[in-house]
Amino acid sequence: MTIGVTQGGIRRRRYTSDQVPLGRVVLRMLGGLVVLVVFVLPYTIMFFGSVKTKAQIRSVDPSYFPREWHWENYLTMWSTPETPLVQNLISTIVIASCATLLALVVAVPAAYYTARFRFPGRFAFLALVITTQMLQPAVLTSGLFRQFVALGMHDTWAAMILTNAAFNLAFTIWILHSFFASIPREIDEAAQLDGAGRLTVLLRVNLPLVWPGLVTAIVFTFVAAWNEFAASLVILSTAGNQPLSVALTKFVGQYETSWQYVFGVSVVAIVPVVVLFMLIEKRLVGGLATGGVK
Amino acid sequence: MRRTHDGGPRATLAALPWLAPAAVLILGVVLFPAGVMVFNSTRDISISGVDKGPAGFANYVEVFSFPYFWPILGRTVVWVVVVVGVTVVLSLGIAQLLDKAFPGRRLVRLVVIIPWAASVVMTTMVVYYGLEPYFGIINKFLVDIGLVGTPEGYGWTRNPDTAFAWAVVVAIFVSLPFTSYTILAGLATIPAETLEAAKVDGAGPVRSYLTVVLPQLRGALSVAVIINIINVFNSLPILKVMTGSIPGYDADTVMTMIFKYIQNQHKVDVASALSVVAFVIVLVIVAVYVRVVRPMREV
Repeated sequence: MTIGVTQGGIRRRRYTSDQVPLGRVVLRMLGGLVVLVVFVLPYTIMFFGSVKTKAQIRSVDPSYFPREWHWENYLTMWSTPETPLVQNLISTIVIASCATLLALVVAVPAAYYTARFRFPGRFAFLALVITTQMLQPAVLTSGLFRQFVALGMHDTWAAMILTNAAFNLAFTIWILHSFFASIPREIDEAAQLDGAGRLTVLLRVNLPLVWPGLVTAIVFTFVAAWNEFAASLVILSTAGNQPLSVALTKFVGQYETSWQYVFGVSVVAIVPVVVLFMLIEKRLVGGLATGGVK
Repeated sequence: MRRTHDGGPRATLAALPWLAPAAVLILGVVLFPAGVMVFNSTRDISISGVDKGPAGFANYVEVFSFPYFWPILGRTVVWVVVVVGVTVVLSLGIAQLLDKAFPGRRLVRLVVIIPWAASVVMTTMVVYYGLEPYFGIINKFLVDIGLVGTPEGYGWTRNPDTAFAWAVVVAIFVSLPFTSYTILAGLATIPAETLEAAKVDGAGPVRSYLTVVLPQLRGALSVAVIINIINVFNSLPILKVMTGSIPGYDADTVMTMIFKYIQNQHKVDVASALSVVAFVIVLVIVAVYVRVVRPMREV
C-alpha cells in the first residue's frame, strides 16, 4: 500500500519574471487583486461591523466604513444576554484541543505500525479507515445522539471530543501513514540494534522525522473540530456547553440582533485558526497530493 | 497492491495494541452509531425518546409520503450539482492563476485560505447580515448601484427562493479554497517539459490547456469532486443560517430536513430513516462517480 507522497518532492515550476511579458504579469496581478478582494471582503465587513455601535450597525443609513472605532466592543461583547459567550469560547477550545490530542494519540501508533509492518488484517484495517473518510457527523447525527443518550453522555464535552476525534481520525492516520512510510526502515533497525524498544523507536526516532505531517494533521483536525456544527447542534443542549459555531446561530432571527457582538466574537474565533492554517500553507499542496484531505 | 501476509495470526496479535485504540474509536463512534441509526429507523420512538417497539417501514413511509419530500430531493440535487459544478469551474481558474508567478502571489495564496479555516457559520452570518433590509451592507451596496430599488431591499433572506440562491453563493465561496488548492496540487505535478513540448508543437495556450493540462488534472479533479459532493450534500450550517427562519419547507434540502425532524418535530425515528436514505444517496452518487470516472489510483 503506497500512496504517492510528494512531500517537498513536487518540483515547482519557477518562471523568472523577465521571461514573461510585462503585460501578462500585469494581467495576473489584476486577477490576483480580484481574487484578493473577493476573499477578504466578507471578513472585512465582519471586522468593520465588530467596531461599530449597535446604533451604527442597525442604522437605516448604514456606512461602509466605521465612522468611529469602538474597540470597547471586544470587552463588552462577552456579557451579551443571548448566550454565555465566554463559556462557549471555553467549550470550543476544550473540545477542539482534546479532540485533536485524542485523534493524534490514537492515530500515531496505528499509522506507524501499518506503514512499517505487513500482517493479516492490515488491509481490512486500512479499508475501515478509508470508509470513515466518506462519512461525516451530519449524516450520522441521529444515531450519535441516540447512542450518547443511551450512554448518558449527551450534552457533554466528552461526547463531542469523541465525535470530532473519530471523524477526523481517517485523515490523520492517512497523512501520518504516508509520512512514516517515507522513512527508511534502516533507521528503525539501527535504533533497535542500539537496544531501543518499538515504542522508543517510534517516539524518539520516527516522530521527530514526521513532524511536518504531524503539524498538518494537528491543524486540520483542530480546525475541523473548532468549526464543527451539525453534531454539536443536536448533542449539546445546554447553552454553556455549546461551541461558538452553535451559539452564534442564536443571534439569527432575533428581533434586535447585536450584530457587532456576533462579528467581534467571530473575529476572535477566526483569526487564530486562519493564522494556524496559513502557517501550513506550503504543506497544503503537498498534503493534498495524497488526496486524503476532507 | 501487494498482499503479503507474513507472520500469520501471531503477527495480527502483535499489531493489535497499536491498532486497537483507533479501531475502537472508529467502531464505537462511527460504525456503531451508524448501526443504531439504521435500527432506529425501523423503530417507533416517542417524542420524549422512548422506544415503543418495532415500526416496520412506517418511518420510511412517512419520509416518502411527506408532500414536500420530492421537491426537497430535487432541490438537494440542484444544491449539489450547482455548488460543486460552479466551484470546480471557478477553482480551475483560481488555481491556474495561483500557479503562475506574479508579484503578490504569496499574499493571494494566503488570502484564499481564509474561508477554509474560518467557521462556515460565521462566514454565512456576515452574508445574512449584509442582506438584511435597510441596514445590511450588501443590500446597501445593491441599492447604491441601482440593482435594488428601495433601501427596504428585496428581502433576500425572507423569500425561500432568494435565500436559497444566496446560500448557494455562500456554499460556492467556502468550497473554493479546498478545491483550488487540490487543483493547485495537481498542477504542481505536471512536468514543465510536457508544456514546453506542447508549445514547441505550436499549441496555443487554450489548446495546450485542454489537451495537456486538463487531462493531467484528472486525478486532482476527481478527488476534489468526490469530496465536494460529500461535503456539500452533508452541509447544514449555511442553509440553517440563511433559510432556517423561513417557515415551511420551500428552501430545505435532505440535510436540513433531517435536522427539522430531530429538532423541531422531535421525531428521531423519522430523522433516522431520512438519514439512512441520505446516506444511501451519497453512497450511490460516489459509487456511480467512481465507476464512470475511475479516479482511484492504486492505493
